[in-house]
Amino acid sequence: MSQQVIKGLIRKISGPAVIAKQMTGSRMYDIVRVGKEKLVGEIIRLDGDTAFIQVYEDTSGLMLGEPVVCTGDPLVVELGPGLLAGIFDGILRPLLKVQEASGSFIGRGVDVPSLSRETKWKFNPSLKVGDDVIGGDVLGWVQETETIKHHVLVPPDFSGKIKSIKEGRYTIEEPVAVLDNGQQIVMMQKWPVRIGRPYRKKLDPNEPFITGQRIFDTLFPISMGGTAAVPGGFGTGKTVVEQTLAKYAAADVIVYVGCGERGNEMTEVLSEFPELDDPKTGGKLMDRTVLVVNTSNMPVAAREASVYTGITIAEYFRDMGYSVALMADSTSRWAEAMREISSRLEEMPGEEGYPTYLSTRLASFYERSGRVVCLGKEAKIGSVTVVGAVSPPGGDFSEPVTQSSMRVTGALWALDATLAHRRHFPSVNWNRSYSLYCDQLEEWFADRVAPDWNELRTRMLQLLQKDAELQEVVQLVGPDALQDNERLILETSKMIRADFLQQNAFSEVDAYCSLEKQHGMMTGLLTFYDKSQAALDKGISMENILNLPIREDLSRLKEVPNELFGDQLGSFISKLSLALEGE
Amino acid sequence: MQLSTREFKTVSYVSGPLLFLENAQSIPYGAMVSILLPGGGERHGQALEVSEEYAVIQVLEETRGLDVAETTVRLDDDVARLGVSADMIGRVFNGTGRPIDGLPAVIPEKRLEITGLPINPVSREKPSDFIQTGISAIDGFNTLVRGQKLPIFSGAGLPANEIAAMLLKQAKVLGKEEVFAVVFGAMGVTQREASFFLQQFELTGSSERVVTFLNMADDPTIERILTPRMALTTAEYLAFEHDMQVLVILTDMTNYCDALREIGSAREEIPGRRGYPGYMYTDLASIYERAGMIKGRKGSVTQIPILTMPDDDITHPIADLTGYITEGQIVLSRHLHRMNYFPPIDVLPSLSRLMNNGIGENRTREDHRALANQLYACYAEGRDIRRLVAIVGEEALTELDRNYLKFADDFEQQMINQRDTERGIMDTLGLGWRLLQRITKAELKRVNKDLISRYFTEIMEDGVQTPYY
Repeated sequence: MSQQVIKGLIRKISGPAVIAKQMTGSRMYDIVRVGKEKLVGEIIRLDGDTAFIQVYEDTSGLMLGEPVVCTGDPLVVELGPGLLAGIFDGILRPLLKVQEASGSFIGRGVDVPSLSRETKWKFNPSLKVGDDVIGGDVLGWVQETETIKHHVLVPPDFSGKIKSIKEGRYTIEEPVAVLDNGQQIVMMQKWPVRIGRPYRKKLDPNEPFITGQRIFDTLFPISMGGTAAVPGGFGTGKTVVEQTLAKYAAADVIVYVGCGERGNEMTEVLSEFPELDDPKTGGKLMDRTVLVVNTSNMPVAAREASVYTGITIAEYFRDMGYSVALMADSTSRWAEAMREISSRLEEMPGEEGYPTYLSTRLASFYERSGRVVCLGKEAKIGSVTVVGAVSPPGGDFSEPVTQSSMRVTGALWALDATLAHRRHFPSVNWNRSYSLYCDQLEEWFADRVAPDWNELRTRMLQLLQKDAELQEVVQLVGPDALQDNERLILETSKMIRADFLQQNAFSEVDAYCSLEKQHGMMTGLLTFYDKSQAALDKGISMENILNLPIREDLSRLKEVPNELFGDQLGSFISKLSLALEGE
Repeated sequence: MQLSTREFKTVSYVSGPLLFLENAQSIPYGAMVSILLPGGGERHGQALEVSEEYAVIQVLEETRGLDVAETTVRLDDDVARLGVSADMIGRVFNGTGRPIDGLPAVIPEKRLEITGLPINPVSREKPSDFIQTGISAIDGFNTLVRGQKLPIFSGAGLPANEIAAMLLKQAKVLGKEEVFAVVFGAMGVTQREASFFLQQFELTGSSERVVTFLNMADDPTIERILTPRMALTTAEYLAFEHDMQVLVILTDMTNYCDALREIGSAREEIPGRRGYPGYMYTDLASIYERAGMIKGRKGSVTQIPILTMPDDDITHPIADLTGYITEGQIVLSRHLHRMNYFPPIDVLPSLSRLMNNGIGENRTREDHRALANQLYACYAEGRDIRRLVAIVGEEALTELDRNYLKFADDFEQQMINQRDTERGIMDTLGLGWRLLQRITKAELKRVNKDLISRYFTEIMEDGVQTPYY
């Protein structure tokens, strides 16, 4: 190549931050190889001929005067067949290949391509010679895993008439089609991670993202392409929430970013997902999952990149018309990585030492979500839904990462340590959580599930709200001071909490709850409330109501499998009427 | 590779534990150096930052006696390394890995970088072997599995060390004969604590399977930065090269974090919460994450770090960051301790994240998870009511509430307070079901009907226990 190679020298090393001189000509966010071991780094500040570099690997043993070579490219990821069912580190190095190269422990300077260059994929064209194409059009497909067809797209900035296209087995670097202007299309695209992939337009959030979790779908739903922040202190079950969503949520593709979390937890995902059946397609869960993993002891700068890597992959599958869910666990670790690098660069800190651009970065990350009309003539609809865990220090939500996340996300699922201590899971605090999508989703639920869905939901929230108020009274003067109808509210809320809001992620029957069953359970609980209220009015004592054996049936409703639920609910309601009206 | 010896006489500035060296461009980042004092004597240090102008050396021992004119710095090694060998078992070392038991130095089989390398997540084996500790509060409710890192959150004056000693004595993998090799890393412990542990090793006859690294309270603070890494490097070596099951006990992580803070402030870094450095999460992770099992290797590293929560505050940065990294925590309770219950483990805020992998059918028993959840829920309810009673008195309670209250008392007295007896897991589960008899069956929502009919027995009026149904 005629381009001059930029080669500088290290002049300062401090943890993951390295400063190099003689770097004239290099650009912001260019990738560099640092030192004799060729560690991967990224330029994050330029000052004259000096470049500030964050290094994605451990810098121990580096010496002043070692070379720094600029690659001239920004941090790009390779997108193409081979991503699904894969597990990668924060800069998309496949960990299995890293293992082959450096053994059970991750060595330094390992240079392996993200996607296999040797594997040949069977390409099936869906267009023919002579067709006009623009960026985003589907040229054909590859059966990447058993359940997911990988659509081969025309890259965003390409257009023209197809000169040649042929079925066959190709590697990701061999052209599958050539356009009349000479542009060759291969199955692999490279995309800079810090730039969002283009789309035609964003759509309104009026379709729900079904999770099968009662507390989310019923009380605090988010939309397809929406965003939710899940803050919670340690041990409140953030990771279980993220993993449960990854298993049961109605998404075609899941991108799971383990950002600065535990190695053993990722091992759990790795050993579980290939075994688990995907309830939607009948295949294995792993077949629709991409794992991006940067555990807490892997280099901090790669942790910073991992979130961008994840969302770029998510956008790529979105562009094929899939609904994609991105689970980021945890965004606080990402923010801390930013803080650490910022402080090594001696930048002026904002709140709690976080850089002042923290909220801008968080906002621009969450804004890459959305339900969109994709590029291309066909107008496919795809979505990226983002659920970001937040780990507030001491469980205190007033800290900067939680606050900045709350400003930009559409829903808050606040996890609560007191609930977690009582093993009330998911430990979502119903009084603190909210969803801004409810109004836009009302119509969908009324049309698709049941006309009275929204009414039931509102009544249930009201009961819980009254319960919270009454609890304060009880704390002051004891339960004796309450009227019978107030005690009924307490008892009903207790049942809602124990029998509806709690959901066992590890139970075969209860882990996924269909919308019909959710509606049925709400109906059951509120019917109990109404009939008991009527019975109280007729003078039946509260004790008699509480001792009814039917209450146990109600509490066991969640153990009824989804498919049998419709029948059981009918007989339950008639038994309930008999018990409360028969006397 | 030994680097060619380089000496520098260019010390320009000494502050706290830090020494600034000018024109020392051939010192690699993270290198280990020797510091030769003007009046003879030698100290050690590590390069924390290198730039064209100066290198920042963190002095491991105290900086008293150092001067600017005469002090010489010699480059020893490009990174910190520890010579390891299977012969280290049974030996006692100081915080920087030098023997202090009067025996000659160990001849190393290998010299390993003490920072270690991260285990590739795909190479990790899922930890799922139940370790029976003989302590009900752990086995029954916060089960420890092999390859886990489970810290003990203690408070000043609480018997964390006694519990650690109990673990040392009793921990075993059911159905397997092998015993644990123990690596004991002590940071800033007092003479009293150190001799307690050394005596325990003697008493239980385990001193032949313990490697001890001792950094005493009056030893240099900065040494503490190296101590846990020395311990873990040894543990990894024994586990992954010599196929041993290794239990690492680190005490007290609070002293470690304070040392970290000391260096941070000497370097004039921007402090995070309570003056601790912003990178403390990453730093602690580089210690705690060195636990686990690796595919294709027989050994394992299980970590029990102990930390003291200042003022029993679980939201203190040290406890908080630890909890975010480790796979759960065992929290000690001052209330239970004052009641003279032992071990005073508060099960409500305690947690083991890997519990589900280690329990259930074929591991402990099918009802383990559900029973533990049920006992948790009942105990939490009982504790809530106890708080309520303090306000409104016991008369205002319903009968059910009174039963919950009694349950909570029984639970603490019988389940938690086991004194020094070792209790097998089946006994723990059996006791759990017996305690539940106080609560009417309709309230038992965490256990399904099958389990109730199999395990739940009711006490009839004549005192005879009969199975339900």
